[in-house]
Amino acid sequence: MTRNAIIKVRNLTAGYGEDAVILHDVSFDVHEGEIFVILGGSGCGKSTLLKHLIGLIPPMTGEVIIDGDDISRCNEETFHRILQKIGISYQGGALFGSMTLAENVGLPIGEYTDLPPDSMAALIKMKLGLVQLDGFENHLPSEISGGMQKRAGLARAMALNPKILFFDEPSAGLDPVTSAGLDNLIIQLNRNLGTTMVIVTHELASIFAVAHRVIMLDKRVKGIIAEGDPEYLREHSQNRFVKQFFNRRAEA
Amino acid sequence: MKNRKNMLPSSFQVERRDDGGVILAIQGRMDADRAGDMIRGARALLAQGVPPSLTVDLGEVSYMDDFGSLVLLELREEMESSKGGFYLKNASENIQRVLTVFQFDKARRDVVLAKKPKPNVFERLGGAAIDQANDMRYMVSFLGSVCLALVHVILQPRSLRREETLLTMQKTGFDALPIVGLISMLLGMILAFMSSVQLKQFGADIYVASLVAVAMVRELGPVMTAIIVAGRSGSAFAAEIGTMKVSEEVDALFTMGFDPTRFLVMPKLIAATVMVPLLTMFSDLFSIAGGMLVGVFMLDLTPSAYMNETIRFLELRDIVWSFVKSGVFAMLIVWVGCLRGFQVRGGADSVGQAATSAVVSSLFLIILADSIFAVIRVYWG
Ligand SMILES: Nc1ncnc2c1ncn2[C@@H]1O[C@H](COP(=O)(O)OP(=O)(O)OP(=O)(O)O)[C@@H](O)[C@H]1O
Ligand SMILES: [Mg+2]
Repeated sequence: MTRNAIIKVRNLTAGYGEDAVILHDVSFDVHEGEIFVILGGSGCGKSTLLKHLIGLIPPMTGEVIIDGDDISRCNEETFHRILQKIGISYQGGALFGSMTLAENVGLPIGEYTDLPPDSMAALIKMKLGLVQLDGFENHLPSEISGGMQKRAGLARAMALNPKILFFDEPSAGLDPVTSAGLDNLIIQLNRNLGTTMVIVTHELASIFAVAHRVIMLDKRVKGIIAEGDPEYLREHSQNRFVKQFFNRRAEA
Repeated sequence: MKNRKNMLPSSFQVERRDDGGVILAIQGRMDADRAGDMIRGARALLAQGVPPSLTVDLGEVSYMDDFGSLVLLELREEMESSKGGFYLKNASENIQRVLTVFQFDKARRDVVLAKKPKPNVFERLGGAAIDQANDMRYMVSFLGSVCLALVHVILQPRSLRREETLLTMQKTGFDALPIVGLISMLLGMILAFMSSVQLKQFGADIYVASLVAVAMVRELGPVMTAIIVAGRSGSAFAAEIGTMKVSEEVDALFTMGFDPTRFLVMPKLIAATVMVPLLTMFSDLFSIAGGMLVGVFMLDLTPSAYMNETIRFLELRDIVWSFVKSGVFAMLIVWVGCLRGFQVRGGADSVGQAATSAVVSSLFLIILADSIFAVIRVYWG
């Protein structure tokens, strides 16, 4: 692989304090322009890892380097520059409850660009259209379903077409059709805009549809038990837990 | 001519053909950073007169995303509205795919994000009246469910969540002691000081003691304490239940077979009804102490004379009455606080509104109840 690593994680120990270490000494790279999927059983620390990657929690030891800058040891200015390169869609949507969907999506666009208002309205409509939410521009988050909130959160995350998009379980709570549409969108954005994607998901179908590379985390070793191409891992991995993960679901 | 050139971004190259058509070559990135300038440039270009046809040459575009497609959209819409031709030239395969993903063909610029229609005065008036009526209905039905829950708890005291009740007692009662004490003491001092200015003229300094005692025990003690509790705990009750409502915890309770009123309201009701009268007594004591400080240090009364005078004027009936009053105030605070909490719909902002509304409604109810008590007392003799 000659592609350069846009995210470098080195010897990261992650957790919520000395007696709550969730991941111990993990290292991996995410290459520019790839779709990178983080797998693992519930509670193994996927969301925790994601929070460390985006700088919400500082690492206990080790470092996270995004596009050349160490996210936990840089000054304020650099940190803000990094934040503009990334977009995040949270596990629960995290929409602002007092704003309509259009206002939620328009918030970063209004802050960081100088589009005239009518163009902005067209853009917002287009963004919401991408996640199949046409016609819900003026709804409040409390007036739409959980899966719809999730999709609106996605539209907000990709509002500025950031270089790296992080998704925490984008397809949880979505029906298979919408979920496949979402996979499609992820592939399109990746292919055409070159966006690097870091995705946390359990959904096997979605993993095989989108992932270029995966890592699998495990509670028992507090770290990575497998890394590589998902199809290759399914066929050739010798690790019992990796096999279980891919096959148990496949049989169901 | 010169002026127009200045308004175009440097990435625009304009070439006019012999037939009047215009070729616009765009260079570089068409992304979020540059779209604003480009759109304004496009408007400036077409504001100088719309050509019969416009060809946009995308051969030199190095990156295009939906912000870029917005620029093209602007140009296309302007051209279409004046029946001019609009063509794209040299669009790379990648750009074509981007335009497909973002559905450039279907996109429209003149989408106005439909604002919710603003109701006129009469609609709003009618709406408010209906809301009020519904509010009243809900108030009454909530009162009913609180009474039922209370009866249930009285018949089966075991069903009360004892630990929760004790915790609420601590939060509403014990934790409020410092602030209630401080405010009451200051209030007693103010009362003593203000009245002494008048009473001194008649050499009736000693009556300061009875004035402070009677005013505080009969009126100000219960009312002040209730106001403090409404501000501290009434708002907290509303916010707590409101947040549970938003995160579907109340629904969860209900579907597990618990009665939300019994589960959430009863501990608060019992705790407050026990603690607020005690707080009131505490407030009475502190205000008398405050009055005594002023009496002793500024009016040269002896502490024993002050206490004698206080006790001579205070009747047991006053104290009992103040107990009863503050018990009723406590129930009102809990009732309206929880009511506002259960009325929460929607998101985080309505929790804030509920907390505010809980305090305002409690203050109103406290004053209303106090005046009713005053009338009853007059007729009761
Ligand atoms: N704020 C916190 N404080 C302490 N421990 C936490 C905290 N948040 C999560 N944990 C612990 O970290 C571990 C990993 O949690 P995390 O949310 O990262 O799991 P996950 O892999 O995202 O699971 P899921 O697939 O269910 O979302 C869990 O064991 C959890 O108990
Ligand atoms: Mg998670």
